[in-house]
Amino acid sequence: MAPALPRLLLAGARPGRRWPGWLQTHGSGRTLAGAPAPAASEPEDSEAHRKILEEPLRHSDFFNVKELFSVKSLFDARVHLGHKAGCRHRFMEPYIFGSRLDQDIIDLEQTASHLQLALNFTAHVAYRKGIILFVSRNRQFTHLIENTARDCGEYAHARYFKGGLLTNAPLLFGPTVRLPDLIIFLHTLNNVFEPHVAVRDAAKMNIPTVGIVDTNCNPCLITYPVPANDDSPPSVQLFCRLFRTVINRAKEKRRQMEALQRLQSAKGAEGHGAADPPPRVDANRPL
Amino acid sequence: MAAPCVSCAGALSYRLFLLGRVSLARRQGLWQTAAASLQTAIGSQILRLMHTTVVTTKKNVPASRCETYTEDFIKKQIEEFNIGKRHLANMMGEDPETFTQEDIDRAIVYLFPSGLFEKRARPIMKHPEQIFPKQRAIQWGEDGRPFHFLFYTGKPSYYSLMHEVYGKLLQIEKHQNQLRAKGLLPEKTETKDLIGSRWLIKEELEEMLVEKLSDQDYVRFIQLLEKLLTLQCDPAEEKFVQKFRRSVAIQSKKQLIEPVQYDEQGRAFSTSEGRRKSAKAEAVVYEHGSGRITVNGADYLLYFPITQDREQLMFPFHFLDRLGKHDVTCTVSGGGRSAQAGAIRLAMAKALCSFITEDEVEWMRQAGLLTPDPRVRERKKPGQEGARRKFTWKKR
Repeated sequence: MAPALPRLLLAGARPGRRWPGWLQTHGSGRTLAGAPAPAASEPEDSEAHRKILEEPLRHSDFFNVKELFSVKSLFDARVHLGHKAGCRHRFMEPYIFGSRLDQDIIDLEQTASHLQLALNFTAHVAYRKGIILFVSRNRQFTHLIENTARDCGEYAHARYFKGGLLTNAPLLFGPTVRLPDLIIFLHTLNNVFEPHVAVRDAAKMNIPTVGIVDTNCNPCLITYPVPANDDSPPSVQLFCRLFRTVINRAKEKRRQMEALQRLQSAKGAEGHGAADPPPRVDANRPL
Repeated sequence: MAAPCVSCAGALSYRLFLLGRVSLARRQGLWQTAAASLQTAIGSQILRLMHTTVVTTKKNVPASRCETYTEDFIKKQIEEFNIGKRHLANMMGEDPETFTQEDIDRAIVYLFPSGLFEKRARPIMKHPEQIFPKQRAIQWGEDGRPFHFLFYTGKPSYYSLMHEVYGKLLQIEKHQNQLRAKGLLPEKTETKDLIGSRWLIKEELEEMLVEKLSDQDYVRFIQLLEKLLTLQCDPAEEKFVQKFRRSVAIQSKKQLIEPVQYDEQGRAFSTSEGRRKSAKAEAVVYEHGSGRITVNGADYLLYFPITQDREQLMFPFHFLDRLGKHDVTCTVSGGGRSAQAGAIRLAMAKALCSFITEDEVEWMRQAGLLTPDPRVRERKKPGQEGARRKFTWKKR
């Protein structure tokens, strides 16, 4: 699992693409001339850094995302309500529990398991300081999504999506721009009920996606689809709250791990020093 | 338009800048690329004698690279400008501490007299912030994470402004709903004073946000602000909206109203001039009278036998329903009969402004009575029979 994740993130790296120090594998020959390399850091630093990154990968639910929701809470937020049977997408049939009075009902057991995977993945990406982009084209929730993104310190794009934003980013923004490491779709369709362009573009640029897919959406190109209702306000508010909580939790965890590592390295440095002075407990160390 | 901008740097060395689009950096870049192409041309000539080097120069193609001025460059320019300002003050014998921009402009006009017609082509010396266009600083930090949370939309300032305005709208609506539920909503609607100000135009908004906008973006923004205005807002919100309005000087206030004078008998009168084609007229309008108009000493009925001319003279009074209430004495010279009539009409209307209310002045202005007619006789051109008429075209 540990080497698989970096390989996934680095897969498809073209030689021309710049990889600054924040996403380099140690000792790999992929560093380019212009990119800052972490080679100047000491061996203990990179060892501790590697431990910080690998620690969450040893547990299946390191961030305990299961406790944030339950099937009951999803039901109360009307997540199970789909569109009419006529709007049903062929590839969503496995996720549909049944239909009542011609309205499709989404299977919340499957939703729960998919949501747990998606939240866990989001937490890991946030833990590793990845850029998360919230995308939606439903104008009813634009304000809410932008507020959510701002509250967790991530980015949002709930406006008109320009053509080459992901595929032609160096030209649009600048040569050393960093693309998002995860794209979360709160609405997979755009205003004309067609799949959002970013779904296809993220797949082209090897960016993993998490998407809330309704019964009329195509879940094919999305890495972690979550079959759920994307039209009701309580449902979208629930998902915004979940993502925000998970991202904040992961970032807090990362800060704690780094503080712990700093504390341990300081204690280790004191221990390696002269043995005559007894080890002092310095209360002023920042936690 | 390329314009030489003078900055005095050092003792007596003058460096010429190019204003606006083309910068010194780009000029140096052009020289460098020219030098590089020359070297490659020579190299290719040495190495591949078989090939003929064809120099292809792109003509009429604008520079695709957008000029980026680094912050250090701008800072250096500002320092040089300040030093140059002090040198200029010393040269002109004035105090360097209190040397204002107007003094600089006067000094440059004195030292570099220019006969060029285009004002923007003349030598200028202004603060670099007014010369170099505003640039966007780099948008992301060392780790690559952008600073603005809407960076990936492409127009972060514009969309964050829309977000903010929409947030204010929601807040006000919520507040009003709460008041309405308690029954405390004030019923009266105060009409805000929107006259005398206009919305920002698209170019001004682009300049404010340092971003390119489309017409739809601009229209949406103005619609959102107007929606905000329809709700009753607090003074804080009104101040926020006023940031996007610019005052428009009301045209009638620019109208120069002649002061009322009094003659020996104590009658109030007012004098003013008017011109039309090559006729010049001066009219003296008395406040109380019986509608007699004297032109060059003669009655207007004798001076203007044609009805049309007399109607022109009547027009200002007829417009304000003051036909028999004023006496006019005027002198006129030059032009033909119609031009003289028009000149007197303009003079009378301008003199009449002293005796009427501001609203009536505005009505006269909108009726065109106070506007001098700019039409003059067009000159005859060589090769044509008249100003526009061509000679008869003969097929053979």
